[in-house]
Amino acid sequence: MAKEVKKLNLNFGPQHPAAHGVLRLILQLDGEVVEKADPHIGLLHRGTEKLIENKTYAQAVPYFDRLDYVAPMNQEHAFALAIEKILNINVPARAQYIRVIFCEIGRILSHILNVTTQAMDVGALTPTLWGFEERETLMGFYEKVSGSRLHANYFRAGGVHQDLPKGLETEIAGFCEKFPKIIDDLETLLTDNRIFKQRNVDIGIVSKQDALDYSFSGVMLRGSGVPWDLRKSQPYDCYEQLDFKIPVGKNGDCYDRYLCRIEEMRESVKIINQCLINLPRGPIKTNDGKISPPPKKEIKQSMEALIHHFKLFTEGYRVDQDEIYTAVEAPKGEFGVYLISDGSSKPYKCKIRAPGFSHLQAMDYLIKGHMLADVPAVLGSMDIVFGEVDR
Amino acid sequence: MENLESLEKAINSELTTKILSSNIKHDQINICIEDNNLIEVMIFLKTHSSTKFKQLIDITAVDYPEKDKRFKMVYLLLSHEKNSRIKIEFNIKEGEILSSLTSIFPSANWMEREVFDMYGVEFKDHPDLRRILTDYGFKGHPLRKDFPLTGHNEVRYSEADKKVIYEPVKLEQNYRNFDYESPWEGTKYIKEQTKK
Repeated sequence: MAKEVKKLNLNFGPQHPAAHGVLRLILQLDGEVVEKADPHIGLLHRGTEKLIENKTYAQAVPYFDRLDYVAPMNQEHAFALAIEKILNINVPARAQYIRVIFCEIGRILSHILNVTTQAMDVGALTPTLWGFEERETLMGFYEKVSGSRLHANYFRAGGVHQDLPKGLETEIAGFCEKFPKIIDDLETLLTDNRIFKQRNVDIGIVSKQDALDYSFSGVMLRGSGVPWDLRKSQPYDCYEQLDFKIPVGKNGDCYDRYLCRIEEMRESVKIINQCLINLPRGPIKTNDGKISPPPKKEIKQSMEALIHHFKLFTEGYRVDQDEIYTAVEAPKGEFGVYLISDGSSKPYKCKIRAPGFSHLQAMDYLIKGHMLADVPAVLGSMDIVFGEVDR
Repeated sequence: MENLESLEKAINSELTTKILSSNIKHDQINICIEDNNLIEVMIFLKTHSSTKFKQLIDITAVDYPEKDKRFKMVYLLLSHEKNSRIKIEFNIKEGEILSSLTSIFPSANWMEREVFDMYGVEFKDHPDLRRILTDYGFKGHPLRKDFPLTGHNEVRYSEADKKVIYEPVKLEQNYRNFDYESPWEGTKYIKEQTKK
C-alpha cells in the first residue's frame, strides 16, 4: 500500500549563503522536488526612489551605487544619460571613453563575482579565491579614479567628476594584458569540469518565448538565443565606435549563461583596450557652468565661478519639465531610469527599472520540477543582487 | 530606431479612436489612451505584425495629489524586431480598479504588485495581489506624495521584550527641507517668470 507523503514547506533564507543576499524563498517540496517557489523580497528595501525625489540631481547619484553594488558605475551611467538627454548636453569625447572604460570594468567586476560564486554554490571554492584577487585590482582602479572602492559617485550629468590620475591608463592596460590568462585559468577549472557541468547543463532552461514574456534582459535573454544588447542596438556614449561581439547562448540553461558571461568578460577586455588606445585628450565634463562645478582655481579668482559653485552645491541645477526613459546594458541586463522632472532642482519621480526584479519573478517558473539542490544553481545563474531588486 | 514616425502612423491608423494623443520624444513613441481600452491596446501592440512590442519593460504610476485624476499610469514596452520603445499612459482616480495585464505579459505580476504596494492602485484579475517591497503588515503607500519621507514606524530589538518591536518614528532632529530655489539668473529669470 502506498503511503501518503506530506508536502513540505521549506524556508530558504533570508540568511542563506546561496541566496546571494536577503532572499526569503518559500519552497513547497514533494520529497526533493520543488513544486512551487514563492520569493519574498523587500528585505533590503530602502526606499531609494522616494529618497531621490527629495534630493537634488547631484545628490541622487550616490543612491545608484547602492543598487547593484557589484557594478556601481553602470547604474550611475543610466541616470547621467537621462539628465543629459533632457538637458541636451553634449558630453566631451574623453568623458565618454572614460565612462565606457569604467562601465566595462563594472561588467567584469559583476561577471567575476557571479561566475565564481555560482561555482561556489555548486561546490567549487578555488574560482572564488582566484577571481576575487582580480576584483581587488579592479576596485583599486575605482578607488584611484573616484576615491572609493565601491560607492564611486563618479559619473556626472555632462561627464565624469575628475580626470584619470597619472599612470592609471598604463595600469589598466597592464590588467587587460594579463586578465585573459586569468579567464583561461577559470575556464580550465570550470568549463569542462564534470561536476560543474552536471550541476548546470540542462538546469533552469528558458525558452526564447518565455524569456521575452518574462521581461528578461541581458545574459538571461542572450543565453536563450536572442541576440539583443543595448550597447549594439541602441548605442549610447561611444559604443558605436567600438568593435565588439555579443555572445549568444543556444540552450538557455545555466551552463550557457555561464559561457555567455565568460565570453562577455573577454569582449569587455577588448572594449577597454580599444578605449585606452583611442582615448582622446580634452575636457572630462561639459564646460557649462550651470551644470558642472568650476575648477577650484577659478573659484578663487572669478566671481561668476564662485556664484556657480555656491548655487550648484546648495540649490543644484534645474532640469526642464520633461520625462524620459533611458536604459543601459548593465551587467545583469537592461537597467533603466524613468525620470520625470518638473523644472525644479529635484526629480519629481525617478522609477528605477532593475533587471534582477524581472529575473527573480520567474523563479517559480524556472525551478518548478527541479530538485532542491538546483535552487542555488538557478539562483546563481540569474545573477541576483538584492540592492537592485529591493531598491 | 528608424521609422518611428511610420510606426506611430501605423499604430494611429489601426487603433484610431482608442488613442487620445500621440507624439515622439527622445526616440520613443508616447501614446495616451483611456483606461478601459488598456487590454485591447496592449494585445494589439504585442501581437500585431506591424508593432510587435513583445516585451513589457516596466509598469509604474506617478502621483499628482492636486489633480482630480490623481495617478498617471505608465506602461513601457519594447520591440526587439523594430528596435523601438513605446510608452502608454492614462490617468485614473484614486480607488479606481484597473485590469491586470498578467494574462498578456506574465512579468506584469510583480510590476503590478509593486504599483499596488507603492501607490495603492488595485488590479482586478491579478492572481496574487500582495505587497511586495514593504514589510509584512506595513500600512500606507510610500511613493504617494503625501507619505512622509521618514515614514511612520521604526524598528528595533528590545532587550526587555526579547523581540523586535515597532515604535513611532522619533528623530533627534526633524528632517529639514531647505528652500534653496531663488532667482539665480537675475533679471532674465524674473522676466521669464512674470511672462507666464
